[in-house]
Amino acid sequence: MDLNLSPSELGFRDGLRQWLADNLSPHWQADFAKIEGKQAQFEYLRAWQRKVYDGGWAGIAWPKEFGGRGATIIEQVIFTEEMARAGAPNLPGVLGLQLVGPTTITHGTEAQKEQFLRKILSGEEIWCQGFSEPNAGSDLAALRTTATLDGDHFIVNGQKVWTSYGWAADWCELVVRTDPDAPKHKGLTVLLVDMKSPGVDVRPLRQMTGETEFNELFFTDVRVPVENVLGRVNDGWNVAIGTLMHERATLGAGIQIVIRRSFERIVELAKSLGKFADPITRQKLAQCYADIEVMRLNQMRAYSKMANGGTPGPEGSIQKIFWSELNQRFQQMAQEIMGPYGQLTKGSEYSIDDGIWTYNYLRARGNTIEAGTSEIQRLILGHFVLGLPKSY
Amino acid sequence: MQFGLTDSQVLTRNSAREFFSAEYPIAEVRRLCETETAHDRKLWRKTAEQGWCGMTIPEAYGGMGLDLVEVAAAMEEAGRTLVPGPLLAHLTATAAIAACASEEHKQRLLPALATGERIATFAVLEPNPSWDLAAVAMPACEGAKLFVMDAAVTDYIVTLTRDGVFLVDSRGDGVTLTPMPALDTSRKLSAVHYQSAPGLQLATDNNAVQRALDIGTTLLCAEMTGAMQRMLDITVNYVKTRKQFGKPVGAFQLVQALCADMLVATESARSATYFAAYALEQNLPEAQSAVSVAKSYIADAARLTGNNAIQAHGGMGFTWENDIHLYYRRAKAFETAFGDAVFHRERIAQLAL
Repeated sequence: MDLNLSPSELGFRDGLRQWLADNLSPHWQADFAKIEGKQAQFEYLRAWQRKVYDGGWAGIAWPKEFGGRGATIIEQVIFTEEMARAGAPNLPGVLGLQLVGPTTITHGTEAQKEQFLRKILSGEEIWCQGFSEPNAGSDLAALRTTATLDGDHFIVNGQKVWTSYGWAADWCELVVRTDPDAPKHKGLTVLLVDMKSPGVDVRPLRQMTGETEFNELFFTDVRVPVENVLGRVNDGWNVAIGTLMHERATLGAGIQIVIRRSFERIVELAKSLGKFADPITRQKLAQCYADIEVMRLNQMRAYSKMANGGTPGPEGSIQKIFWSELNQRFQQMAQEIMGPYGQLTKGSEYSIDDGIWTYNYLRARGNTIEAGTSEIQRLILGHFVLGLPKSY
Repeated sequence: MQFGLTDSQVLTRNSAREFFSAEYPIAEVRRLCETETAHDRKLWRKTAEQGWCGMTIPEAYGGMGLDLVEVAAAMEEAGRTLVPGPLLAHLTATAAIAACASEEHKQRLLPALATGERIATFAVLEPNPSWDLAAVAMPACEGAKLFVMDAAVTDYIVTLTRDGVFLVDSRGDGVTLTPMPALDTSRKLSAVHYQSAPGLQLATDNNAVQRALDIGTTLLCAEMTGAMQRMLDITVNYVKTRKQFGKPVGAFQLVQALCADMLVATESARSATYFAAYALEQNLPEAQSAVSVAKSYIADAARLTGNNAIQAHGGMGFTWENDIHLYYRRAKAFETAFGDAVFHRERIAQLAL
C-alpha cells in the first residue's frame, strides 16, 4: 500500500497544474456569467475544450495513436481531480471524450476513426448518446427505436429521452433495434447518426430544477448510411454496454472533489451563521466529512484495482450507490444548516451563493436515478458480484 | 499510487487466514465464549508461537514489528473467525508500552509480552466513561476502572491515571477484578478496583499512549471489517439455498438489496480501515482523523450489516444455533469500544473541520 504519487504521476500532475496556471483564467466564471444565451455559453466552453486539446490534455486516456496520451487510470483520476480542484469549465464534448471515442476506438472501422476521433478531441464535433427511451430506462434492452435496412441505408424511427447535450450535438451514438424477432439483447445495433439529418427533431426536456439539461430526440424516417454502423449489426448490446461500464467507473472522481469543495463551503457557512458550536451541527458535519472520506477511499481502492489490470466492472455500482446517496444526504444537511436561507433562489439579494444550494438540493434527486438507479445498482451487486439469482 | 496490499502484506494476511480459520473454528469459538474467560492457554500459546501476539512490538524487543497495514490485514482475519480472548487488548497494551515506556522498561517487559508468556490489557474508562484522555480522573493507583477488556486473564494492566500511565500487576496486591457480564461473550469485561495498588510508572503524560489507542481503534476496525465480511458471506450462502415459493429467497429483490447494502458497508469499512492503518504507519497529519473516520463510519456500518444479516435469515437468524448473533454481539460491543461514533465525530470536528 502506497498512496504517494510515483515520480511519473507527480510529473504528470505538476505538468497539468502548470498548464492550468498558464491557461485557465482565474476570472473565467465571472466572464462566463456575463455571456448571454445558451448557445454563446456553449461556444465559450467549446473554445475551452479547443484550448485543452491544443495543450494535449483532451482524451488523455485514449491511446497515443488516436491523439491521446495513453494515460494510466491513476493519471486519469489525477486529471479529473485537478480539473475539478482548479474549478475549470466542463468540457462540452465530455460524452465523446469519455464514451463515444473509446467505444469507436474499440469497435469502429478505420474510416470511422479517421472521420470522428480528431474532431471529438478538439470539440469541433459534439456527441450525444441516444440510449434511454420512454419505455426503456433500466431495462435498456427493451428499447423500441427501429432501424430497417433500405439499400445502403438504415431507416430510423423512434424516440429517445434524457439525452444530455442533445440540443448541441452534431452526432448521436444511437442504439436501435435492427432485428425485432431476436431475443431483446441480440437484436440491437449502434448507429452513428448525423444530427442534421432530415427527420431528427430535438426538443428540450425541462426537469424539476427548472432548467433543460436534457433533451428528447424524435426520429422520423431518418436515413443513416450503413457505413455508420458501429461494431457489427445486431451486436449493439455488447458495443453499448462497455460504454456504460466506463460511465459508471469514472463518473465519481470529479464528483468527489466537487462535493468536498461544497462541503468546505458549508463548514464556512455553518461558522458564519453561528451554528458551528452547536453539537448537533458538528455531529452532522463530521458524519458527512467521514462519508466523503469513505467515498474518496473507496474510489482510490477501485482505481488501484483497475490500474492492476482490472476493467471497470460491476463493483462500480458500489461507487455509484455511495456517491449518489451521499450527495443527497449532504444536500439535506446543507439545507438544515442554512435554515430558511436554504430555500432562496437565484435573484434574491438574501440568497446564499446566489441560490445554488436550492438548485443543488433539487438536482441531487437525479443522482440516484441517472446512470442507473440505486435500485438497479443493488440488483447488479446482488447478481453480478454476490452471485445471487438474476431477479430482473 | 497503489491502494492495496503489497505482496508481503498479502502473505501475512494469507497466513493469518490459514492460522485463525484452522485454530479458531466456530465450534471452538462458541465453546470459549461459554467459559468464564473466553481464553484458552494452549490456544494462546499456539497463537503466540506464530508471532501474532507480538505484532505491535518492535523486532528489537522480540516482536514481529509489522507495519500497521499488515497488522490490520492479520486482524481482519482474526475478526473473520471471531477470535475470542485478549488478543486485541494485548496488541493495544503492548503498543502502548512500546510507545511510552523507558528503554529499560521496554527491555524488561516487552520480550515476554511478545512471546505471549505474559499478557497485558489497558484501562481507560472510569465510572463516568470517556475516551477523552483529558477526562481521566483516577489518581495513581486508587479507584476504579471499568469495561477493561479481558483483564482476568492478563498479567498486566496498563492503567491511565491523572498522574500518568502505570503498569499494574493484574493479580497483585490492591487489585480486585469483578466480572462485568456483557453482550459480547467473546471478550470478557472486568471492573478493576485499585486500593493503593503498586504500579510502575511508564509515562507522566497520558498523551504518550494516544497513538497506541489509535492503533487499537484501527485494529478493532480491522477485526470488525473481517466480521462484517463473514456476516455477508454467511448470509449470501444462506439466501442462495433457503427456498420459499419454490425459489431461493436470494432471488427476491428486497433480499438482494439487504445483501447489496451489506456489501457496500463492508467494502467501505475496509477502505476506511486500511487508510487509517496506512495513515498511522506513515504518520500522516490526518492520521487521527482517519482513525475517527473509520471508527465512526464502521460503528453504523457494522450495525447495519448485522441487522441485515439477521433479517435476511428470517426466523433462522433469530436462533441461538445460527452463528450470526455472535458477530452481531461483537458489532454492538464495537460501537462503544475505543469511543463511540459521537465521540469520534466530535474529534473529527475538532481535527478536520
